[in-house]
Amino acid sequence: MIQIEKVNKWYGGYHALVDVTENVAKGEVVVVCGPSGSGKSTLIRTLNRLEPIQSGRIVIDGVDAHGARVKLNTFRSHIGFVFQQFNLFPHITVLENCTLAPTRLRGLKPAEARDEALTLLDRVGLASKARAYPGELSGGQQQRVAIARALAMRPPLMLFDEPTSALDPEMVGEVLLVMRDLARDGMTMVCVTHEMGFARDVADRVLFMDAGRVLERAVSSDFFARPEHPRLRQFLSDIRTPFPVAA
Amino acid sequence: MIELIDTYWLYFLVGQYPHGPLGGLALTLILAVLGLLFAFPLGLVFGIARVSPWRSVRWPVSALIQIVRGTPLLMVVFWAYFFLPSLTGQNTDQFWTMLVALVVFDAAYLAEIIRAGIQALGKGQTESARSLGFSYLVAMRLVILPQVVRNMLPSLVNQFVSTIKETSLGYIIGLTEVSFIATQINTQVLTRPAEVYLLLGLTYFILCFGLSRFAFWLERHLQQRTMAKAHA
Repeated sequence: MIQIEKVNKWYGGYHALVDVTENVAKGEVVVVCGPSGSGKSTLIRTLNRLEPIQSGRIVIDGVDAHGARVKLNTFRSHIGFVFQQFNLFPHITVLENCTLAPTRLRGLKPAEARDEALTLLDRVGLASKARAYPGELSGGQQQRVAIARALAMRPPLMLFDEPTSALDPEMVGEVLLVMRDLARDGMTMVCVTHEMGFARDVADRVLFMDAGRVLERAVSSDFFARPEHPRLRQFLSDIRTPFPVAA
Repeated sequence: MIELIDTYWLYFLVGQYPHGPLGGLALTLILAVLGLLFAFPLGLVFGIARVSPWRSVRWPVSALIQIVRGTPLLMVVFWAYFFLPSLTGQNTDQFWTMLVALVVFDAAYLAEIIRAGIQALGKGQTESARSLGFSYLVAMRLVILPQVVRNMLPSLVNQFVSTIKETSLGYIIGLTEVSFIATQINTQVLTRPAEVYLLLGLTYFILCFGLSRFAFWLERHLQQRTMAKAHA
């Protein structure tokens, strides 16, 4: 479904992505992790062309994402994208957030879009909040709406850019549950996250990035049980012991 | 002062109307309202152009705005007064001259307010709209501008206050707005300039101060609504 071939990206003189090559199969759930500044968010943002690349190729469902002839808006409408900061539209209701794109871009009638949106909101457990404005919801609720909004375009692929990093700890679980259900329904997903529990339980494969390179890729059980690259071993031990234990 | 008001209040409010052209405070207000009404859509277009990703759109508009902002309104009035006839080939009356000058001048300032509003919104809103598949311009229309315009309502009222004061420069080209009328009254009475101009000043002040307070109230009201929503 996704072919990433020798992708390079620079921010000025900074080499943000170094020869990244990767494939994601249809129905696969891939988690990308790594320390801050490793390029994982940059990578996921190049997939729907929120960020340009300087060399290499990214092909999604047969479409060259960075090619000159791609119909960018149509291309993007087939890829759901969930942001760290939710980015719901604050001036319209939750329901309208979920019907805006389907009515304008998929040509749905308002009643159809409304029914579909309510089904999706129900799926993320928020049908009762349809008439609320985003500012009235908690962070976790907003992120679940953002997932429903993305799903309303019926994308075959969903990208998540640190979807739980801006949330209070007690709200992380509800968002991860929605994502897990989505994965179980067979959605193809690429997810940048620090949630190692999610990576272990839900992901088919985990990529580890550092300094713009993919240093390790493994099925999730091996990733945690038998990490090979020393940088990954250190990363895993760092996140497991947040505080140095006093002797 | 009472007899001054008693004698001249109608002249002060509407000029020679209905026996001559409309003038006075009525003309001042009509000019200010029309000025802002026409300047707003133009400012919106300029403001969007200012943040356009296309250089060929951004640069000429930015240049125009910088020129207008770097020039006193009086200059713009003179340009409109002397150049407009040579451009259109016919004499433009003072009203239209002043209106054109006000619209150009205010549009440049409104454009900056709108640009700041768009930039203050952050790129997350644009990015999420574009990710759904909206084109740049549709994202602007459906997502960005509705938020920007709501946020800038207080600034819009403040700009209206400025516009009211700016109309007084119409005096220079013989437009019979309220300052011009006050001068006429002063010429007729001859002996009481302090009172005449005190009344003129008071009129401007009451109008502008009232509107400024309204803008302040509006700003707080909008803020409270956002806060109330967030804490509901």
